[in-house]
Amino acid sequence: MITNKKPRSSDTDSNYMRDDRTEMSEDDDRSPPSDSIANGSCPTRTCTPGSGSGSGSSSIPEYSAPYPDRVLENVLENVLWFLTSRKDRNAASLVCRSWYRVEAMTRSDLFIGNCYAVSPERATSRFTRVRSVTLKGKPRFADFNLMPPNWGAHFAPWVSATAKAYPWLEKIHLKRMSVTDDDLALLAESFSGFKELVLVCCDGFGTSGLAAVASKCRQLKVLDLIESEVSDDEVDWIMCFPDTETCLESLIFDCVECLVDFDVLERLVVRSPSLKKLRLNRFVSIGQLYRLMVRAPQLTHLGTGSFSPSEDVAQGELELDYVSAFAACKSLVCLSGFREIVPDCLPAIYPVCANLTSLNFSYANISAEQLKPIISNCHKLQTFWVLDSICDEGLQAVATTCKELRELRVFPFDPREDIEGPVSEVGLQAISEGCRKLQSILYFCQRMTNAAVIAMSKNCPDLVIFRLCIMGRQRPDHVTGEPMDEGFGAIVMNCKKLTRLAVSGLLTDTAFAYIGKYGKIVRTLSVAFAGDSDMGLKYVLEGCPRLQKLEIRDSPFGDTALLSGLHHYYNMRFLWMSACRLSHQGCQQIAQALPHLVVEVIKHEDTVHMDDYADTLYMYRSLAGRRHDVPQFVSIL
Amino acid sequence: MEFERDLHLDATELRLGLPGTATKQSSEKQKPNSNLAKSNKRSLPDMNEESEGSSRENSRTVSSNEKKSHDQETAPPIKAQVVGWPPIRSYRKNCLQAKKLEAEAAGLYVKVSMDGAPYLRKIDLKVYKGYPELLKALEEMFKFKAGKYSEREGYNGSEHVPTYEDKDGDWMLVGDVPWDMFISSCKRLRIMKESEARGLGCAV
Repeated sequence: MITNKKPRSSDTDSNYMRDDRTEMSEDDDRSPPSDSIANGSCPTRTCTPGSGSGSGSSSIPEYSAPYPDRVLENVLENVLWFLTSRKDRNAASLVCRSWYRVEAMTRSDLFIGNCYAVSPERATSRFTRVRSVTLKGKPRFADFNLMPPNWGAHFAPWVSATAKAYPWLEKIHLKRMSVTDDDLALLAESFSGFKELVLVCCDGFGTSGLAAVASKCRQLKVLDLIESEVSDDEVDWIMCFPDTETCLESLIFDCVECLVDFDVLERLVVRSPSLKKLRLNRFVSIGQLYRLMVRAPQLTHLGTGSFSPSEDVAQGELELDYVSAFAACKSLVCLSGFREIVPDCLPAIYPVCANLTSLNFSYANISAEQLKPIISNCHKLQTFWVLDSICDEGLQAVATTCKELRELRVFPFDPREDIEGPVSEVGLQAISEGCRKLQSILYFCQRMTNAAVIAMSKNCPDLVIFRLCIMGRQRPDHVTGEPMDEGFGAIVMNCKKLTRLAVSGLLTDTAFAYIGKYGKIVRTLSVAFAGDSDMGLKYVLEGCPRLQKLEIRDSPFGDTALLSGLHHYYNMRFLWMSACRLSHQGCQQIAQALPHLVVEVIKHEDTVHMDDYADTLYMYRSLAGRRHDVPQFVSIL
Repeated sequence: MEFERDLHLDATELRLGLPGTATKQSSEKQKPNSNLAKSNKRSLPDMNEESEGSSRENSRTVSSNEKKSHDQETAPPIKAQVVGWPPIRSYRKNCLQAKKLEAEAAGLYVKVSMDGAPYLRKIDLKVYKGYPELLKALEEMFKFKAGKYSEREGYNGSEHVPTYEDKDGDWMLVGDVPWDMFISSCKRLRIMKESEARGLGCAV
């Protein structure tokens, strides 16, 4: 069942893969694995242009041109420029040395799914003409305080390497990296044609770093700060944009928890005629939003800020004609914000509802009654993020109208366990019946039944991402009292396109047996407080050949289970296991068996130091060997 | 919101530290017990025993939280919070935490006037769980008796009738709409003299 792929390439390309789609949370990370490290040694097959009998060489007809090598390379170069999918590029680079070289020269988008999998020097020396760099750092569980601060994922070595290697660099996308103001200053200095900076879930920098980027990157089109922690250095970074017309197309700063000078912002919007995406932070009142909308009716994506009147001018703000302002934005397709929503203001958005494809109410504490008049007009909605304050009733309303829904996320207003939650299996069932085209769901709830999950598995065959979080740990089906095994089993069985799964509730090893048996294309799996024994993890490691990212917490999986995955770890981007039953010896065994795996054991300060047990294991394949920036609470085995 | 009717004393507790860090300082590693797989019972922190003799100690401090208000029916004890669970990013938690605290702490203060009384009072509607409690409080505050409420006839057998002004500016009889709707639409209260109240409670 598991094909043990032999390495053919000297340089593992798995680290350079990227999906065509720009959405950073999705990626297609299949790779031919390699467990031999390159020292410039080349693959066994070589292209022999000019000789018709080359084994497996390209079928380009023989030329009698003087320098057949050059001709072939030129042809290749021209062709390969068009190849954008990183999977295809990686495959092309394995054909022969010639193709490897040309591919390396023509790759313009460098994607590195784990910043520690390869050193910046190695990456920049192989790929010489890169225009865009995407880097991902910490594993996702770091978002939930499961990783001590200062673990790593520093942008610094990357910005200095790319500054030297790619002075023409245009785009940098970072996710879960530690970025400092100095890094941003260096970026701003080094790349004169810099166009696009996207920071997702990053931290370590502040408004002074933003100021550097705003002032020096004169060609800047995109500055997107998404769920990042930005410290308030009391610098008015918005003021730092050039006084002249800007190239800005997208300015997203809804996560920036600092006041902005509104007049400065308004002037910026006025002199940014290409601005299409604007997401304001919660310090922008609804009256100020009005003024901006009037200035920028060409917006396609709008984050509304607080969506409530500011305290001092409340009366005046309530009298503005918001409905007209929204009506004037004829291109608006994506709406978010509503950080401090005053429900009375909600009807202002009616004019745009019919055109909306994306609506994010996940910070708006609104009831079903308040939602209904809005959602009943949103026939084109494809992406909907919302708080569970809308209750099952609100979800039913969504199911009635939003027939085009592809992605749904229901977040908890009150993220505690053991309370009476407002959404349940009723909402899930309704969605499954109404939104048949659903591809991605994230659903937080307090109670659930297998029946509803099974129904969804049958009603929504297009599901690619299924993430159910029953917030009470190890909660069974609240009607039958059974474990949730059958529900998740049905999901992997019936949803043939499923690549990402997050499980919760009471789960026995049976659930994992199902995942191992049917989850053949699952790439990402998240497990918490689940399973009975080592068998659970074994089922998954032995059964899921496409597994790339496995994150497990608080589950009874031990060394035996860990060892059962040896055949597969080089195919994965990472494995995270915290508060499981792993010992140092077990982890050591893995480290010894697989030299190109970096095996990190992370200690948490507040646990009593028990020599035997490994609190947190984080391991990943790497060409770079052990990293040099290891903090004292991490030991690399 | 319905699910906020509990008095979450810990949520309004004054603490040092940034919002959202409450979950960090109180954590307990939940060791999944194999017994759990077979029963429906949720494990309590003190029931958590190592089943395999491994000497792994759980030393993360357990905090007792979630004290329910005393007049609540007894519910199963709530587990101590665990780090990073449920898996919500701190940014989102902080945003909503602030809102929750605001909503709970702010209260819903409305003015109450009584015909003939020299000055008005102010009460926090959020403190009451339903009409009976509210009426009792009003009766005590203003020393009157409201009488018996019925949908058809309004308040029977008293000199005073509790009324309120709603969002639309209309004067309504207290008790006609569901409590939650009342809470969200009541702007002020007025305890009318029975003679003036005639016509308000009559069925159409």
